[in-house]
Amino acid sequence: MNKIVEKEFFSENVAKFVIEAPEIAVSRKPGHFVIIRIDEKGERIPLTIASSDSENGTITLVVQKVGVTSAKMLALEAGDVIRDVVGPLGEATHIENVGTVLCAGGGVGVAPLLPIVEGFKKAGNRVITVLAARSKDLVILEEQMREFSDEVIIMTDDGSYGTKGLVTHGMEEVINREKVNLSVVIGPAIMMKFAALTTKKYNIKTYASLNTIMVDGTGMCGACRITVGGKTKFVCVDGPEFDAHEVDFDQMMSRLGAYKEQEMEAYENYLKTVE
Amino acid sequence: MEKVAEYLKIERAQEWRGELRKSMKAKERTSRERVDMLERDPDIRNKNIDEVNLGLTEDMALLEAQRCLDCPNPTCISGCPVEINIPKFIKKIDAHDFLGAAVVLKETNALPAVCGRVCPQEKQCENSCFYTISLKMPAVAIGHLERFAADYERESGKVAIPKVAESNGIKVAVIGSGPAGLSAAGDLRKLGYDVTVFEALHEIGGVLKYGIPEFRLPNEIVDVEIDVMKKMGIKFVTNFIVGKTASVEDLEAQGFEAFFIGSGAGLPRFMNIPGENFNGIFSSNEYLTRVNLMNAANPDYDTPVLSGKNVAVIGGGNTAMDSVRTAKRLGAERSVIIYRRSEEEMPARVEEVKHAKEEGIEFMNLHNPVEYFADENGRVNRVRIQKMELGEPDASGRRRPYPIPDSEFEIDVDTVVVSVGVSPNPIIPSSMPDLKMTDWGTIVVDKDTMQSSIPGLFAGGDIVRGGATVILAMGDGRKAAAGMHKYLQEIVKK
Ligand SMILES: Cc1cc2nc3c(=O)[nH]c(=O)nc-3n(C[C@H](O)[C@H](O)[C@H](O)COP(=O)(O)OP(=O)(O)OC[C@H]3O[C@@H](n4cnc5c(N)ncnc54)[C@H](O)[C@@H]3O)c2cc1C
Ligand SMILES: Cc1cc2nc3c(=O)[nH]c(=O)nc-3n(C[C@H](O)[C@H](O)[C@H](O)COP(=O)(O)OP(=O)(O)OC[C@H]3O[C@@H](n4cnc5c(N)ncnc54)[C@H](O)[C@@H]3O)c2cc1C
Ligand code: FES
Repeated sequence: MNKIVEKEFFSENVAKFVIEAPEIAVSRKPGHFVIIRIDEKGERIPLTIASSDSENGTITLVVQKVGVTSAKMLALEAGDVIRDVVGPLGEATHIENVGTVLCAGGGVGVAPLLPIVEGFKKAGNRVITVLAARSKDLVILEEQMREFSDEVIIMTDDGSYGTKGLVTHGMEEVINREKVNLSVVIGPAIMMKFAALTTKKYNIKTYASLNTIMVDGTGMCGACRITVGGKTKFVCVDGPEFDAHEVDFDQMMSRLGAYKEQEMEAYENYLKTVE
Repeated sequence: MEKVAEYLKIERAQEWRGELRKSMKAKERTSRERVDMLERDPDIRNKNIDEVNLGLTEDMALLEAQRCLDCPNPTCISGCPVEINIPKFIKKIDAHDFLGAAVVLKETNALPAVCGRVCPQEKQCENSCFYTISLKMPAVAIGHLERFAADYERESGKVAIPKVAESNGIKVAVIGSGPAGLSAAGDLRKLGYDVTVFEALHEIGGVLKYGIPEFRLPNEIVDVEIDVMKKMGIKFVTNFIVGKTASVEDLEAQGFEAFFIGSGAGLPRFMNIPGENFNGIFSSNEYLTRVNLMNAANPDYDTPVLSGKNVAVIGGGNTAMDSVRTAKRLGAERSVIIYRRSEEEMPARVEEVKHAKEEGIEFMNLHNPVEYFADENGRVNRVRIQKMELGEPDASGRRRPYPIPDSEFEIDVDTVVVSVGVSPNPIIPSSMPDLKMTDWGTIVVDKDTMQSSIPGLFAGGDIVRGGATVILAMGDGRKAAAGMHKYLQEIVKK
């Protein structure tokens, strides 16, 4: 049982939660995630630890509503408890001072990108962050990103905010302008696929953090597996970050859709219960 | 050993046992037929998760207990990895003292209700029963009787809480709550230690909970045992991964003086054949975890599972049988085992294979998958299989399978469960570089004390043996508890 001590909406569908988890707060590093289960009947979902406070024994999660479990999470308030929180899981990001780091996030990937942006900045890098969304009201965490980025570039599909265009356009603009030593991309598989193709063209080492479907998060089930460099890897223990130029993103897209029908049906049923 | 033999002799010489032996002629005992356990109807049970076996009635148990000859040299005991005093518990049943029988079981086996259900008795005690060895007749149904006594005790509501020695204030940690961890925790607590069990998952019980299905081992049975352990004063901490949430060193700093690692063999193996990452292809761990631990088949629960009409399960062990029978229960029209050797080599319990057949499971033995194909959505829709034949025995003593050239063909599937074995859980070893490991990723231990290469650290169960059995894991837990006791008492003396 972990108590929510603070909740704050960043936008209609995104909220920050500060949660009591003293041991995790001490042992976590950027790039680590937790698995949570909201209640007895809930599923286990992975969420990145955005930040932690070891003195107060809390961790911060940023959650975006995409389906049943994230919607249930967003409906929780400060004072409520989460049934299970386990972690920290995964391999920590290898954060070093490499020079200039180009971070790109879109959709569900923006929240997990935040601690990585923060980590690279604190290690002394020049950090340029490209945030992509369909339209202005879907742009999230802009302010938080600005705090730890030397520059934030916003790209929207419809041009309602920032520059009109895809995430790759924003990335290429930076790459053409200055030397980029490393790139980190997190977002929908399709976005990561094209972002990886872009940086490959310029021979820039790129990490992608894969948000596959998970169950236990400890290497026990293989639900999270994906082909990287021709070999099967378990994202929860071997990742979540991998060399983006080696990841089979088409397979990842397909695997993310494995439960699409059930997820949609469950979400519709959920909406009926809350109405 | 001498001492044990002496003890067994004294026990056997007790008056009540002598009386019982005299009460019926050996000929009459051996003329009885072995009981068959009551079972649910195959066509009904394969549509629900109710336990398949219904146990023995008191009358059946009494008749079966009378078959036991109470041999002067009880060979059955040496077939039991934890050396339960088998004739004594059976004769307690014979004497109508069912609770007494349970007490005998619990002298050496912390979880008799579990073992009575899942032990491969036909390879252990029953394989070395006098009936099997000398009379060439069906063995005394030792497993059925074990289950009977343990169930009787539980249902009587008189489950004895084992006596716990006065607290010695020494903190010990048990890592993992499978059968190895539970039995170590139980014994350490009885010796007066302050025991905390750390478990990575949100449930206590290890494979007993997330792996073995309800229809074979109802959760309630495991929960009763865990409850007893809680009443003994053992503390359980779930959602705590030692090596991640906190390291062994962190726990040492919190005052834990010795550790038992029972972290199991939780890592699923795949075959690395083309197409294995298509949707609808699961490891048995994932498939069973979704259904058993996460309740995916119950619409009230949020976790989904893909339950196909045409399910193939690859493998021939208990895990494969559990998966294929689970698939049937989730509504599969065709659910088939694809196994590369023949039925004779199957590692599964004989009873599980029998039950699977009764429930309408198909067996494609001497077949092996070589490639999977998928539809346009990436969901598996066909598997190419090759026929196999058996050659010479390999290192495991089983005949090695070889592919028959040009024998490949394809069948339609929409769900595949890969159940070809597990590897040791690497989380603890990778967090402790000094811990000595084998090339197979198991922890190296002294086989008498279960002590690892690091003095205060002991280990047992699947993390030491690779995928083994519940009873071996429990035996290791007990041995380790004794080893830890010796180790800690020596430190205390200093
Ligand atoms: C290592 C890791 C870290 C993550 N960190 C965060 C985080 O910090 N904040 C956050 O909001 N989310 C994060 N996610 C994603 C999060 O786990 C999923 O959004 C969540 O599981 C969705 O559950 P649901 O029941 O709400 O939606 P579902 O009903 O499961 O899904 C609804 C829809 O979202 C899509 N979807 C589901 N999961 C994902 C996914 N992982 N990536 C892309 N699309 C998906 C589905 O295809 C479906 O269309 C992370 C995932 C991983 C693996
Ligand atoms: C589906 C299935 C069916 C089976 N059927 C039978 C059968 O019929 N008969 C039989 O005798 N055997 C059977 N077995 C094998 C038997 O279950 C195992 O041999 C036995 O459970 C091993 O016990 P264990 O305590 O070593 O490990 P496990 O039962 O695997 O328990 C290990 C526990 O440790 C936890 N853990 C791991 N790492 C950490 C960590 N770092 N920190 C905290 N906790 C951790 C795990 O989450 C797990 O709960 C079956 C196995 C499976 C999978
Ligand atoms: S989530 Fe189960 S192995 Fe990664």
